[in-house]
Amino acid sequence: MLKYLKTFWRAVRRLSGDDAYERYLEHYARCHLHDDAHECEGPLNRAEFFKQWQDQKWNGIKRCC
Amino acid sequence: MLKILLWILVGGLGASAVGGIALQRGETINSLWFIIAAVCVYTLAYRFYAAWIAAKVLAVDPTRATPAERLDNGRDFVPTNRWIVFGHHFAAIAGPGPLVGPTLAAQFGYLPGTLWILIGAVLGGCVQDMVTLFFSTRRNARSLGQMARDELGVLGGTAALIATFAIMIILIAVLGLVVVNAMKHSPWATSTVAATIPIAMIVGLYMRSIRPGRVLEASIFGVALLLASVAYGGFVDRSETWRVVFDHDGLTLAWAVIAYGFAAAVFPVWLLLAPRDYLSTFVKLGTITLLAIAIVILRPEVKMPAITPFIDGTGPIFGGKLFPFVFITIACGAISGFHALISSGTTPKLLTSERDIRMIGYGGMLLESFVAMMAMIAATVLDPGVFFAINSPAGVVGAEAAAVAKISSWGFPVTVEQMQALAAQMGEASLFARTGGAPSLAVGMASLFGRVFGDGFLALWYHFAIMFEAIFILTTLDAGTRVGRFMLQDMLGNIWPKLGETSWTPSVMLTSAIVVAGWGYFLYIGVIDPNGGVNILWPLFGIANQILAAIALCVATGILVKSNKLRHAWISGLPLAWLVTITSTAAWEKLVSADVRIGFFAAANDLSAKLEGGLLPPEKAHTAPQLIFNLHLDAAITLCFVVLLWLIVLDMLRVVFRHLSGRPALPLSEAPHCPSRLIENWVRD
Repeated sequence: MLKYLKTFWRAVRRLSGDDAYERYLEHYARCHLHDDAHECEGPLNRAEFFKQWQDQKWNGIKRCC
Repeated sequence: MLKILLWILVGGLGASAVGGIALQRGETINSLWFIIAAVCVYTLAYRFYAAWIAAKVLAVDPTRATPAERLDNGRDFVPTNRWIVFGHHFAAIAGPGPLVGPTLAAQFGYLPGTLWILIGAVLGGCVQDMVTLFFSTRRNARSLGQMARDELGVLGGTAALIATFAIMIILIAVLGLVVVNAMKHSPWATSTVAATIPIAMIVGLYMRSIRPGRVLEASIFGVALLLASVAYGGFVDRSETWRVVFDHDGLTLAWAVIAYGFAAAVFPVWLLLAPRDYLSTFVKLGTITLLAIAIVILRPEVKMPAITPFIDGTGPIFGGKLFPFVFITIACGAISGFHALISSGTTPKLLTSERDIRMIGYGGMLLESFVAMMAMIAATVLDPGVFFAINSPAGVVGAEAAAVAKISSWGFPVTVEQMQALAAQMGEASLFARTGGAPSLAVGMASLFGRVFGDGFLALWYHFAIMFEAIFILTTLDAGTRVGRFMLQDMLGNIWPKLGETSWTPSVMLTSAIVVAGWGYFLYIGVIDPNGGVNILWPLFGIANQILAAIALCVATGILVKSNKLRHAWISGLPLAWLVTITSTAAWEKLVSADVRIGFFAAANDLSAKLEGGLLPPEKAHTAPQLIFNLHLDAAITLCFVVLLWLIVLDMLRVVFRHLSGRPALPLSEAPHCPSRLIENWVRD
């Protein structure tokens, strides 16, 4: 039961974008950590990341009739 | 063996449910049959037709890397779990369209709309969404417009662009009109809808600055505030001082919606659009689930006859015969071209495997069709007399007593007292002539919810339902205005590059103003039109939406033939032929019909004759020149739509002919095959 609730909660967080920053950090660790171009900057902080993520999300047709 | 038996059982049940709905005459029919028919038809179509298309026609290849995998950048291109993609896709395609269309089309009775929702979705809408999703996935998630240009040529691409822009303008106008009609002289509804604006801003600030990125916290907080605003609307309604602040006629509200639309387009997204979208998505999914539960628990009797006399074109809600107007009125829910814009460009960027295309493309549209089915049930469980009294414009049936007499004379008895009692229960001053579909849907939903959760809160449920419709209509309005602005900036950027800069304030102001003026004009005319405006704007929107669908199907058919799948090209060719038939017929009737309630020119000539003869009362004579001009404009727009449609169909046929006769045609723009590493990893683990 608890397992299902947890899966459900993860799905809700994923769908709403609540965990977007955590996923970004994961992606960063996986792909850019040993990448020289990014080395000096480090990952964005939560607020900066959220700004970019939100602005980009609304660029284009996202809602229908 | 057991499986085969099970499928035969589903088939039998579905056939008897559809047969029952179709053949039932005289007595009422239980709405549970609609649910059973829908679920069986959807299951069979998904299991057999969709699976066959995926395997044999498209030949989806799970070993092929999707754009999300190849171009993974952790932002827009991200391989995502298929249930999550399904959620995103459904939230994006399901708007107010499938709720309004079936409500209006219920004037023909429950049968025509129900059958079209089922058949149209299974053979048309779902196929369109699925093949567009597939072709876009194979083309690095290109948009429909880009695919049209790559596969058919410049003409196709331009036509798709113009159609998208036009449909956006008309869609926003008609949705704005639906909201205005729901708020007209209703302090409760107006104050609740007005409260959603500051609530969205609070949520936006919370997400952006107070607790950045905590989307769920902010949304839960916002939904709680929204529910509070519904209750507070009741307080406003009872307070003598506050009532007058929120009690307005249609024109004032229309100007307010126009001003709001402009503000929303120039404000940064994080302040209004993004937080409003979170709230509307949560409220939308929650309410639709609630409605489904209420219908299944209550299994209400459908009171509307299977077919009404209005199939001859004399219907009060909108003029026009069953063919082709039922197919135009119900666009979303059966087949909606707008979905092709989401299925290309947006959703493919998240797809992990081509195997998920059937579930997301075909399945997502099936669920939307189910929403339309529920709207049809909510409209037809109302007493037909009440349904017509709410939805018929005063210009057609007259004011209260006259309306009641006229509607009763059609065989749908209703009384003024009954309508007054209902309005009092719902906390409204009057429910007569509340056109646009939202109020009648809200009455239907409130009576269903009231029966499940107790009758005491009918007024609360009614205004909750109005808020629910208004909040995502306004989200579509915001998002649509912004998209229209981007498209316009893109087009103007070709003339003067500076105008194409999306961050240059003068350009933002100018293009937003042009887009808002475009839909604002139609909204204004819709409000001053004594026949309610919806009867003109909704068919125009339906035609535009179906033409966009036809463009998507043209692209799909062209690609199928060019991939040497001529034998199977009917899967998109058949719905395309049907759409071309219905949109051309509808447009033809709109242009040449001598019936003043259908033909634009007939109506314009009739009005001019009356104006010249001095037969109009002064207030009508004042607006008549504007209405006459508008009717001519609508005729011109309709003509443009049809010309556009035929141009692109002929262009597709040209490409197909060149390919089949071995002449050089534009090559397929499919991205080269690249093996999926996700599969490899999965196999290795």
